Amino acid sequence: MKIGRVGMATALGACLAFGAVAADTPKSGGVLTYMIPADAPPSLDGHRETTFATVHATAPFYSVLIRINPLNPNSPSDFVCDLCTEMPTPTDGGKTWTFTIRDGVKWHDGSILTAQDVAASWQRLAHPPKGILSAREAYFTMIESVAAPDDRTVVIKLKYATGAFLPALADPFAYIYKKDILERDPHWYERNVMGSGPFRFVELQTGQSVKGQRNPDYYHKGQPYLDGFVAIFAAAQALRIDAIRADRAATEFRGMPPSSRDQLVKELGDRITVQTNPWNCVNLLTPNHKRKPFDDVRVRRALALAIDQWKGAAALSKIANVRTVGGVVFPGSPLAATQAELHEMIGFWPDVEKSRAEAKRLLKEAGAEGLKFELLNRNIDQPYKYIATWAIDEWSKIGLQVTQRVLPTGPFFDALRSSNFDVTVEFNCQGLVNPLLDIAKFLPKTAYPENFGNYEDDKAIALYEAALQEPDPAKQREKVRAFEIHSLVTEAHAIMTPWWERILPARSYMKGWKIGPSHYVNQDLATIWIDK
Amino acid sequence: MYLYIIKRVLLVIPTLIGAAALVFLLMRLIPGDVCVIRLGSSGGTFDPKAVALCHQELGMNRPIWVQFFDFMWGIVRFDFGTSMWSGKPVTTEIWARLPVSLEIALLGSVLATVIAIPLGTLSALRQNSWLDVFVRVFAIGGIATPSFWLGIISLLIVLDLTSFFLGAAWMPPIDYVPFFEDPIRNLSMVLLPAITIGYRYSAITMRMTRSTMLEVMREDYIRTARAKGLIHKLIINRHALKNAMLPVVTLIGIEFAFLIGGLVVTEQVFNLNGVGRLFVQAVQNQDYTLTQALVMMTVVVFVFCNLVVDLLYAWLDPRIRYS
Repeated sequence: MKIGRVGMATALGACLAFGAVAADTPKSGGVLTYMIPADAPPSLDGHRETTFATVHATAPFYSVLIRINPLNPNSPSDFVCDLCTEMPTPTDGGKTWTFTIRDGVKWHDGSILTAQDVAASWQRLAHPPKGILSAREAYFTMIESVAAPDDRTVVIKLKYATGAFLPALADPFAYIYKKDILERDPHWYERNVMGSGPFRFVELQTGQSVKGQRNPDYYHKGQPYLDGFVAIFAAAQALRIDAIRADRAATEFRGMPPSSRDQLVKELGDRITVQTNPWNCVNLLTPNHKRKPFDDVRVRRALALAIDQWKGAAALSKIANVRTVGGVVFPGSPLAATQAELHEMIGFWPDVEKSRAEAKRLLKEAGAEGLKFELLNRNIDQPYKYIATWAIDEWSKIGLQVTQRVLPTGPFFDALRSSNFDVTVEFNCQGLVNPLLDIAKFLPKTAYPENFGNYEDDKAIALYEAALQEPDPAKQREKVRAFEIHSLVTEAHAIMTPWWERILPARSYMKGWKIGPSHYVNQDLATIWIDK
Repeated sequence: MYLYIIKRVLLVIPTLIGAAALVFLLMRLIPGDVCVIRLGSSGGTFDPKAVALCHQELGMNRPIWVQFFDFMWGIVRFDFGTSMWSGKPVTTEIWARLPVSLEIALLGSVLATVIAIPLGTLSALRQNSWLDVFVRVFAIGGIATPSFWLGIISLLIVLDLTSFFLGAAWMPPIDYVPFFEDPIRNLSMVLLPAITIGYRYSAITMRMTRSTMLEVMREDYIRTARAKGLIHKLIINRHALKNAMLPVVTLIGIEFAFLIGGLVVTEQVFNLNGVGRLFVQAVQNQDYTLTQALVMMTVVVFVFCNLVVDLLYAWLDPRIRYS
């Protein structure tokens, strides 16, 4: 009898274990419907667009040369081949990279993809011909040349060896296009789709949806698991929550605020699965250095000192999609400041009373006590308005009187570019975690034209260049830290706010997809499967 | 009559030119730049050279008067150009959205008219009765309730009710399918928005019908008809209702024209890919060409609806002659 119970228990355990394994084994079939939380993108060309809406709508149709490991998207340095056969070891002191391209990869029209296609695409990205727009050309300034000596080899030569190259190469927008088409009509890909990715293009309904179907010739064996997908543009957040609740769509791939997550979990229980991750996006508070008294570093430091990052992050994370306190580098990166290092920096001191006393002293010394000013903000709810409201409240604690001016995107950018603001809420949100390029946001206008602080700072440029071209990781970290301390402490060019938190509720039947720190990455849907 | 129609159609030309000049100037007074929005609004890095190239592609680096004459010359040739945002012809962009807006506007108008005219008439005929009170409360509720709020609430009610009774929440589809492709899916998507906008629309029309009917019923010719011994039904249908309909028809015409391009928030709430939403996107993206074309389209729709209303006047009141 006893043996029988043990036997039954063993059998039951085996069944359960088998069940668990079976449940985690990808199943083929089904159509995934998901939403793209935006209006339709301007064009379908990844090379020329910057919006995530383009990637979410078109990434499933295309291959890239290398990418962040889709099974480990949280790592900023786990790069794997997509079209290449193995990650190469660079030669020539890190300046020459030779990639071998997979054999027999087919375009969706049945023709064979060659190294010439890859080289032509990368030439277009790094050195676009006259009249062709490559939106991220600035990312690829280290690339000297791209060549395809034969059908299966691509050689990329760099001007200088840099750790910023591989992340730049894994840019999720860097689709591989067909050379023949590019030569025939360089604008063809703006309105048409023809790739070699996991899904074939079926239909684009202008302004509404994109449909794709399984590519049976896909080169990653067994993938994709889905028969097809439907991506629906849905800008209204309330509707997206309703749609997930009613199963009109399984998910979206950008990120939702905590309240939406809580609502869906309450409504759907175990029928919803939530993934969260620190997000490679951050809002900055940038004083206009050309306006008095923000030309005075003491005033800028006082603004930083008034803000309690640590308590603020904890409180805001309950209502807004922010969570992690950090410096200029994304907190998940090895180059980021540790908590102990942050505690040493003004604006991050653990003792906020000490901070605010120092802020008041600096304001008094600068003759700016009771300063009144306006905080310019963009008309976006999450998390811009939450961040601004919080900052205004924090500043009021050192006697500052701040009002908020909220503008729609067009006028907001116009105000930034014409320097028509006192202090503004800015943002740094990049396609991929590439700290060395991401921190360029903190460079002065001469080196980074989209910096709106209106300051010149040769030392910052020198510190940045030193970090960018440093091959040794440990030394590079020291140099990045020096740049960070210079930017946030010595000069207080900008004030950090908590880094964003990516919260993604999805119907529990959607499996095989892992969240990462960027909403641009891991969007080809090849690993997703449906377990209904 | 034909001469009148031709005159009215010809009058559209100066109206369009005036509207075109106005919208051209107003759009350029809004601070901002379509290229900067396109390249920079995602928060990523972009090259200022890219902005310059974008300006060049879109012809924004040309003098403003050249752009203006180019635009006006395009209108003369019925060529509204390509969208600065998507690069597609603006006619393609608008045609893709027009069926949705047209269907909702038609359905909303039919619903509103079918509800409003009988109820408004009954309410007037039975003034101060319980029916009249009910109609007035219903109408005031419709006027006071914003359509978008009603849309959100009706969606939530549908979700909660289906969840409670069926065990799984249901809501209308969020992607549009044309009626002739899949009638059931199409109607299940457009019915709720049509009811949502139809409620407000019917409330206004109902109040108008009621007040004009009350006025007409006190006219001498109605008293005369009664004195002659005409039956009540005939008095209402032939004499009162036709005369009372003049302002109601005007209202329906204006409301219908408004619905073609004005359902901005309702379209957002139900994820309808309509003209109203396109209008907002075009303005937000500072897409001059598309905004200009949409304004032109709206002007034409309003002018056409007014023309139809004027022609209906002649049918409703034989004393009106356009000669």
